[in-house]
Amino acid sequence: MSPTPVAPDERNGMLHPELRSPNDPDAIVRSGHRLDHAEASSKPLRPQHEAQPRGAKVHGSRPVDQAEAAARFLAAPEHEKMHDERLWDLRQKRDREMHGMPEWEELRTLASAIKEHTLTHLDEYLGQFEANARSNGVHVHWARDAAEHNKTVHGILKDHGAKSLIKSKSMLTEECGFRPYMASVGIEVIETDLGERIQQLDNEDPSHVVVPAVHKLRTDVAEVFAKTIGTDPDNSDVHYLAEAQREATRPLILAADAGMTGCNFAVAETGTFVVCTNEGNADLSANVPRLHIASIGIEKIIPRLEHLAVLVRLLSRSALGSPITQYTSHFRGPRAGGEMHVVLVDNGRSARLGMAKFWTSLKCIRCGACMNTCPVYRRSGGLSYGATYSGPIGLIIDPTFDARKYSNLPFASTLNGSCSNVCPVKINIHEQIYAWRQELVKRHEVPFAKKAAMKAAGELLSHPAAYRAAIAAADTALAHLPRFVIYNGLNAWGKHREVPHPPKQTFHSWHREHRGGKK
Amino acid sequence: MRLGLFVPCFVDAFFPEVGIATLELLERFGHEVVYPRDQTCCAQPMADNGFNADSAATEALFVRNFSGFDYVVAPEGSCVHHVRDNFDAVEQTADVKAVRARTYELVEFLHDIEKVDAFPWAKFPHRVGLHNKCISLRRLKHARPSELHEPYFSKPMDLLTKVEGIEFVTPARPDECCGFGGTFSVFDEAVSAKMGYDKVSDHARAGAEYVVSADASCLMHQRGCAERIGVPIKFIHIAQILNGATA
Repeated sequence: MSPTPVAPDERNGMLHPELRSPNDPDAIVRSGHRLDHAEASSKPLRPQHEAQPRGAKVHGSRPVDQAEAAARFLAAPEHEKMHDERLWDLRQKRDREMHGMPEWEELRTLASAIKEHTLTHLDEYLGQFEANARSNGVHVHWARDAAEHNKTVHGILKDHGAKSLIKSKSMLTEECGFRPYMASVGIEVIETDLGERIQQLDNEDPSHVVVPAVHKLRTDVAEVFAKTIGTDPDNSDVHYLAEAQREATRPLILAADAGMTGCNFAVAETGTFVVCTNEGNADLSANVPRLHIASIGIEKIIPRLEHLAVLVRLLSRSALGSPITQYTSHFRGPRAGGEMHVVLVDNGRSARLGMAKFWTSLKCIRCGACMNTCPVYRRSGGLSYGATYSGPIGLIIDPTFDARKYSNLPFASTLNGSCSNVCPVKINIHEQIYAWRQELVKRHEVPFAKKAAMKAAGELLSHPAAYRAAIAAADTALAHLPRFVIYNGLNAWGKHREVPHPPKQTFHSWHREHRGGKK
Repeated sequence: MRLGLFVPCFVDAFFPEVGIATLELLERFGHEVVYPRDQTCCAQPMADNGFNADSAATEALFVRNFSGFDYVVAPEGSCVHHVRDNFDAVEQTADVKAVRARTYELVEFLHDIEKVDAFPWAKFPHRVGLHNKCISLRRLKHARPSELHEPYFSKPMDLLTKVEGIEFVTPARPDECCGFGGTFSVFDEAVSAKMGYDKVSDHARAGAEYVVSADASCLMHQRGCAERIGVPIKFIHIAQILNGATA
């Protein structure tokens, strides 16, 4: 049998691309040149996505290098761009809501006053809350720190023989390292907030107090879900992913032995507490199982319901630029046949209350507006801070937990002050960042090199003659050194920027020449 | 009036034209402008990094140089902010308090003290984008920042609109920090530079030929960023425009 002749164009299709005729219409052409490598014509098995940049490298109590993690975040331009634009969009929506309310600044002033008043009478209002909650049939527990909180919750769960717990998002439980603790005692925790669930499945901390997975692209989520709940790794359709997650999580919610929520506001006069969500997941967590446990930071107290009206009007407008959260759920007491527990947690708060320059950080209502507006946060990602709280509010809260570990954070700011202006409770965040820098130097928590450099600068700048000599030398250096000396790895300015053009002369010498150096 | 001219360290070293324009501009209004030759810096670099103790001697020197003037004027907001709001490493004597209270940034001085109503010598037939340094905007209150629900005002715009032929363009994020931030620009250089790239690109998209600012520090950073990524935009200090520079 003789072989069937192959038509010329068919034959081309079978040949290795490098052997094809240069006139082959199928050849892959980019920018006018034919690509000759086999790789150029082969498609990857799966579309390549930019890998998600991971957060700061945390080693015990060693200082977290936020700048290093931020640089890695910037090296993932798709992530950085999405992150910056998404959060800037929230800031703009917040601005639109603000412009719709003539009384906005008055509300901020009121909210700040309510919080300051409460914090300066905290013992009184906590006592009121406890008494009223008890008379509503709620079990009230007190926890001095994270360990006590975790043990208390574990104790309640043990008493009920609970093996699984559904919970809504709570920064306080993040602060307490609650999930790892529960894992260590063999209790399964299921996060019910979608973003928080994504982060839980990815074994990653929340990167933002309101939108915990905001640093992830949907392709990142597809990858996480493919590994954990078996979705199609190539399908990153948002509806598909949300639906798959719902299908996977609903049965766990329905079967859970206990539910847990955080708290946005706890009202002293009524002994009730309020949780704000957009997914209704706090209601699921609180109402599906018979047992509801709420973790409440002691700074969440407000005196009366009328104060809630002020704060609720500010919260979601500041956070997401929406007038109100989809759900504002008030919890008063256990339902028939059920049990309700609240754990009032200090975990460093009363110590912070005693810090003259930093106590007003306790006014924070965790809206995240300072993060959304922060130009550094938007370009670094929340995980670069290596702490429970990231962004501007993190810079002033984290060092109260561990001054050494978070000693770099107050320097991750341009002190631009936008954070303080968007803060619905008027915390002077940027002034506290500045004050933390002074505090950390006092506590010797800054690198020796910086210390030496600042000492030298202080010496030089207070001695005019030495200073003039140094300026003259630096001028000469800038004018005559070859480019590669200036743009080396050690010169941080020149790494991503051109250095200033050296002028012919300084103002100082111009003045001597043209104004005769008269005093 | 007898004015002390404070030329911040980096303006002296890198932007003498800004110092010269400030000097000449103040003289146009008939003031005696004195440049104390022993001046160095306001001490902000140390204080901003938490090293308040190391800034005491420099602050004392500043007070020695600038005591006894009707006003001290500087073409840079952050230095003025330091002197006015954070200058507390040195003992707060009557002299220190007087110098702190009389130190003004150039735009403030022209707008609030001199109350200038015309710059007849100034022509700038170009499209410019205004950059307010964050500290000038939010600490010295040069203008209403976009975060606040307050009536609009802008001191630099009040002055610039008196310049013949000038045309303004507005970037999409007018108040966004450009990323300079003093030593932040070196310690967090990657984030700082990215903020600068975004800032100059925003101005370029808005159609600015020039970025004008009351603060040479931001301009120094933005120019370095623009040159690195090839954004064809020019930078000029407000003192130069108000003093009659045409390009």
